[in-house]
Amino acid sequence: MLGRLSWAAVPYDQPIPMIASGIVALSIIAILAWVVLKGHLPYLWHEWITSVDHKRIGVMYVLLAMVMLLRGFSDAIMMRLQQSLAFHSAGYLPPEHYNQIFSAHGTIMIFFVAMPFVIGLMNFVVPLQLGVRDVAFPTLNSVGFWLTATGALLVNISLMVGEFARTGWLPYPPLSELTYSPGVGVDYYLWALQISGVGTLVAGINLVTTVLKIRTAGMDYLRMPMFCWTTLATNLLIVAAFPILTATLAMLLLDRYLGFHFFTNEAGGNVMMFVNLIWAWGHPEVYILVLPAFGIFSEVISTFSGKPLFGYRSMVIATMAICILSFMVWLHHFFTMGAGADVNAIFGIATMIIAVPTGVKVFNWLFTMYGGRIRFTAPLLWSLGFMVTFIIGGMTGVLLAVPPADFLLHNSLFLVAHFHNVIIGGVLFGAFAGYTYWFPKAFGFRLYEPLGRAAFWFWIVGFYVAFMPLYVLGFLGMTRRMQHYDVPEWRPWLIIAAGGAVLIMIGIALQIAQLVVSIRRRAELRDETGDPWDGRSLEWATASPPPVFNFAILPKVDGEEPYWEQKQQAGEHAPHDKPDYQAIEMPRNSPTGFVCAFFATIMGFALIWHIWWMVIVGAFGAFATFVAFAWRDHDEYLIPAAEVARIDREHKDARRMPAGEAVAA
Amino acid sequence: MPAPYLKRAPHVMNVLDPQGPIGAADATILIDSIAIMLAIVVPTIIAIFAFAFWFRSSNARANYMPRWAHSGRIELVVWSIPTLTIILLGGVAWLGAHHLDPAKPIEGAQKALRIQAVSLDWKWLFIYPDQKIATINTLTVPTGTPLQFDLTSASVMNAFFIPQLGSMIYTMNGMTSRLNLRADKAGTYRGLSSHFSGDGFSDMSFDVNVVSDSDFAAWTQRAAGSDLTFDAGAYSKLAQPSTKSERAVYRLDDPHLFDAIVLQKLPPGPGPSPDPRPAASSTSDAGVADAR
Repeated sequence: MLGRLSWAAVPYDQPIPMIASGIVALSIIAILAWVVLKGHLPYLWHEWITSVDHKRIGVMYVLLAMVMLLRGFSDAIMMRLQQSLAFHSAGYLPPEHYNQIFSAHGTIMIFFVAMPFVIGLMNFVVPLQLGVRDVAFPTLNSVGFWLTATGALLVNISLMVGEFARTGWLPYPPLSELTYSPGVGVDYYLWALQISGVGTLVAGINLVTTVLKIRTAGMDYLRMPMFCWTTLATNLLIVAAFPILTATLAMLLLDRYLGFHFFTNEAGGNVMMFVNLIWAWGHPEVYILVLPAFGIFSEVISTFSGKPLFGYRSMVIATMAICILSFMVWLHHFFTMGAGADVNAIFGIATMIIAVPTGVKVFNWLFTMYGGRIRFTAPLLWSLGFMVTFIIGGMTGVLLAVPPADFLLHNSLFLVAHFHNVIIGGVLFGAFAGYTYWFPKAFGFRLYEPLGRAAFWFWIVGFYVAFMPLYVLGFLGMTRRMQHYDVPEWRPWLIIAAGGAVLIMIGIALQIAQLVVSIRRRAELRDETGDPWDGRSLEWATASPPPVFNFAILPKVDGEEPYWEQKQQAGEHAPHDKPDYQAIEMPRNSPTGFVCAFFATIMGFALIWHIWWMVIVGAFGAFATFVAFAWRDHDEYLIPAAEVARIDREHKDARRMPAGEAVAA
Repeated sequence: MPAPYLKRAPHVMNVLDPQGPIGAADATILIDSIAIMLAIVVPTIIAIFAFAFWFRSSNARANYMPRWAHSGRIELVVWSIPTLTIILLGGVAWLGAHHLDPAKPIEGAQKALRIQAVSLDWKWLFIYPDQKIATINTLTVPTGTPLQFDLTSASVMNAFFIPQLGSMIYTMNGMTSRLNLRADKAGTYRGLSSHFSGDGFSDMSFDVNVVSDSDFAAWTQRAAGSDLTFDAGAYSKLAQPSTKSERAVYRLDDPHLFDAIVLQKLPPGPGPSPDPRPAASSTSDAGVADAR
């Protein structure tokens, strides 16, 4: 009846997962109870859960990412604590638990923090920057988000029911095959990623189509803001790379469920095939994450320097060069597999070539600041922190692309330090910059600046204290994923690194405090103008938060910085001509995404536990949801011209009030 | 549960303190590459701070150029600097990858010593086919002699790595990888698995005793005369998952043991028992004795 599921799946005897999952479950119940009792449920259902508005979906993606960041970071703290304690001792986490934690940490941080964060920001910003009303496929957008949430939910369920993978964030066979990992951990990993992978793919298709097909009049490719270019590059990579991931994991699933032999030791399976395939996705993946961050920094540095982006066309070329090159370097993840010298050398050099367009980007940001009037707001601080940190991470990355150096440092803590250096210093700092920068656009009030700056300083100092020791440990021969060790030279560095993690924890606490304080003081932080930073691109031309249709009249673009030009020409005198307001058609909200994800969750859970009747229920439910959606009669509604006019006039009146024109110093 | 953590060899594993030509060459390339990159990284970081500081909005002396966004000359320079650096570094990578190809035999006056290494769950088996010796978690090699490793895995992937001797290499079941090293200074070093392989992974370290030629000859003689023999039966027992295995030295009975493992005539390791809870780790394996 319940397949492999029994009460034995709940780890009663392990206090840490029980307490952790207890806290998570209690907070979820508490939030649900509060929502229901306060009567917020209808609002949540109609305005958020079923919303197909790209802005709302973007906000929900970012929220998911931030919640999962807390979970992923708890794992990080536990790992740092374990490694500081486990000198000549077993520490407090036995291997079977420790191995789950580092696997969960990597999986969560990449797939459920970094990915939803950047996808959320792209979702929110890109249609606004392109001057349009929505993305290409609004309902699909909602489906994509909820399937991502399904994956995150499955990973968290593994905490309480069963176990998570103990194989690392990329489950290299044969360790991840049934013979060596007989538990449900790898199955949780695989189904969580298969389901959320579908979500990511549809998000990618959606955003590629949006950038290619839906732009306002005059928004030529070479007038798009840099963030739209990096969005295009990233989503092209998603569309090209995620099917590889899905296929690779599907092969591993066939091995585990139906006794296939793609990657087994026996019967001609080949682990090297898995390793090649997973990195054929995995290397583009790092650029999927970092390119949107590059776009964010381009916007932020230009805005707060009060100048256009330096070398715009160079930046476009560099972005697209990275997009293409990122598919040609995957082998540098396994120089130590014993490929010949020619192969290693060619992939090493190909990897280094990516450093050229990346270096160009750094120089162009540098010259964007040159001759500027730089305002040191929190988003700019994140950007400066990024530039310095990312150069160091880039340098250690190029070092690892030199095969003989990699022969010494591969899989060591040097490698761990390197990819945290680029993912925290690049992706996460970019996400935080974008979050702070676009928060007033999303909610109509700014984030409380002093706490934002304090959070930045704790994060960046914490980052260096936590990860520079890991570089040293790499030189001292310490390999990654060790549950305990007996090398005295390693220990002081591990303790320092744990201290760094504590500093980062304070940074996170300050970010939470910032959000709370900002919400409480939203009246004084309110931005009536829609343009709190003296912005340059079209998202700042509309109200904050933007009306559901984004722009009452779709803007016409005749340059690279349409809104900036408009402000220069109009000066104090906003155009007084009476706009010709038209009725606007907008897509109806739809529960398709949520319902579909609900059934996908059931299906995923049932597949993990081999509950076959429930698999059928889940699969049928998800399919029926699609059929029901396909049969819909009305998928749009009309906002009358008078209503559009009213909303637009309100915004314009607010904009003329001088009090609202304060610009953050 | 006595002595869960064995007294191990000295703990130095610093890759920047190499004890053989491969490690030394790897480390030299590593340092040179960092130096080449620092030449461009340091000025760039300084420029970031300098530009950000000078062009702060409160600095009235800074020249504000709100429309300045193009300069052909600067663009040429910003594309050229990284390109030139990468051409230089690419040359280093090309030469290094060929010169230090792990499969390339090392020149040396002496005949190379053949060693076959097998990673198991979770210990190392070393076979000296010419000396008819098999050891567990301990490796004894002569100074100055090229060491020619053939490596495979009994079950999951691992990586064989002696940090102070240089290059690491993966071990995979059903396949042989090749690695050539040389140790030039007598002493006891340490090796480990540098690819995560499961619950007992952290204990997969081994000693590397680098001794003089005469000591090595004496050691091989003693070991080959050992009462403990190693054959397919002993291997099958060893292939059961276990952690913290004792070091041991055996007389090798079956000179083709390694081939039998690679060709899967001896089946891949069985993995954990189907019980969902992990098997209790054992502190020592039956039939395995410390040879010291």
